[in-house]
Amino acid sequence: MGSPLLLAASGQVGGDFFKERTSDTLPCQAKPNEPFCFDWAKENIDRFGTPTVQHLELVVISVLIGFAIAFALALFAHRSTWLQAPLLAVTGILYTIPSIAFFFLLLPVTGIGKDTAIVALAAYTLQIIYRNTMLGLHNVPDSAKEAARGMGYTDRQILWRVELPLAIPEIVAGLRVAIVSTVAIATLAVFIGGGGLGTQIYGGGNLTFPTSVFIALAIVVLMAMAFHLGLLLAQRYLTPWRNARAI
Amino acid sequence: MTAALVPFASFSGAIEFIFSEQTSNVTGGAKVGGFEQAVELTLKQLEVTVLALALALIVALPLGLYLGHRGKGEVVLVGLANAGRALPELALIALVAALIGIGLVPVTLALAVLGIPPIVSNAYVGVRQVDPAAVDAARGMGMGEMEIIRKVELPLAISTVMGGVRSATIAIVATATIAPLAGVLTLGDYIINASIYGEDGRLAGAILVALLALSLEGLLALLQRRLTSDGLKVKTA
Repeated sequence: MGSPLLLAASGQVGGDFFKERTSDTLPCQAKPNEPFCFDWAKENIDRFGTPTVQHLELVVISVLIGFAIAFALALFAHRSTWLQAPLLAVTGILYTIPSIAFFFLLLPVTGIGKDTAIVALAAYTLQIIYRNTMLGLHNVPDSAKEAARGMGYTDRQILWRVELPLAIPEIVAGLRVAIVSTVAIATLAVFIGGGGLGTQIYGGGNLTFPTSVFIALAIVVLMAMAFHLGLLLAQRYLTPWRNARAI
Repeated sequence: MTAALVPFASFSGAIEFIFSEQTSNVTGGAKVGGFEQAVELTLKQLEVTVLALALALIVALPLGLYLGHRGKGEVVLVGLANAGRALPELALIALVAALIGIGLVPVTLALAVLGIPPIVSNAYVGVRQVDPAAVDAARGMGMGEMEIIRKVELPLAISTVMGGVRSATIAIVATATIAPLAGVLTLGDYIINASIYGEDGRLAGAILVALLALSLEGLLALLQRRLTSDGLKVKTA
């Protein structure tokens, strides 16, 4: 079938998606003034299953990799402050390069497919997570660190038991921004044959047939909201002391 | 051995594509590539980016500053910022092309929509973070509300405000890359229509788009330094 991976294998990434799927869009194309065709949506909702799973996979894997790297970088920079400026600059460059350009800069090295998409998306998240982690560590009150030192904590214990827990709100906020942005940007993975919901936006003549675009858009927005709310809940759970009320 | 060299060969092919015109393999001998075409597509991407950014600024900056000054609308703005982030640019361009039409005007509008949320919300946050004592002092000196926004709050909030402008610019220039889907031929045409330009053209497009985005970001960083008042620079140093 016309999966992007197969198209990719035949060298047709990008431009030639439009011939696919014309037959089952016909009833709606006959009524071009209708922006949303419920009949088509009802009959074709199945086709969104696999792209949704692929999309989730792209987002989760990229953000996990991005988080692991950015978090480690932040810990290094926290200990060796001279690293802070260069790391901010490098992650800033990775953040600035548009993802679609990044895909094709990586292509000669990592080839067509979702691996390339994951590398580019992970690179995009680095700056957001790194900056927020640094901000969180920076905002920890000195009094908390001094109290811990007074109780005999080593530097390492202070980092893991005092500074990082107190930085959780900022770290999770960074993760939230990173994941919501990645859910949106992962639609571009279609251009590098990485699958995902972009295949239901840019494919099968959808530029003149918006029903599929609307459904894909709705799934993307719902997925972003789910991650957003999930992380808000996780943050509440991870920082129980913030929910305590002063009497 | 040779496999390791493939990336370098690709990049040199792409550089060659930018500087010298070649015959397309696909479209029956049409000429593709060359410096003139690269410049033309770059300028088109720059044009649509600047237009959209200007439009977003005109709408979003006064709104964000004013709401921040009044301290109103936080819930709406936070929601707007989150929604803006979740909006997939590919769907936006596809819907604009399908429902409004193709060409420079619809694309500019679509890109401006992407730029508005970060500018509004950063302007709002920046102004809210200004020390109320500074605002009170300005009021005591007899400044009007508009004057306070312009002469006190905006200068003090400039780094946060510019942060929003930079995010907006990055989003707009990145999305301008897929503008060829809506009939505006930017550098993205090299990438999206690789069947015409070939693999060298596609990589050339990626290189030029990356350079364009980094140049804009660099320019805005410089602009931010120029706009930051000398008094503030001393404080952070």
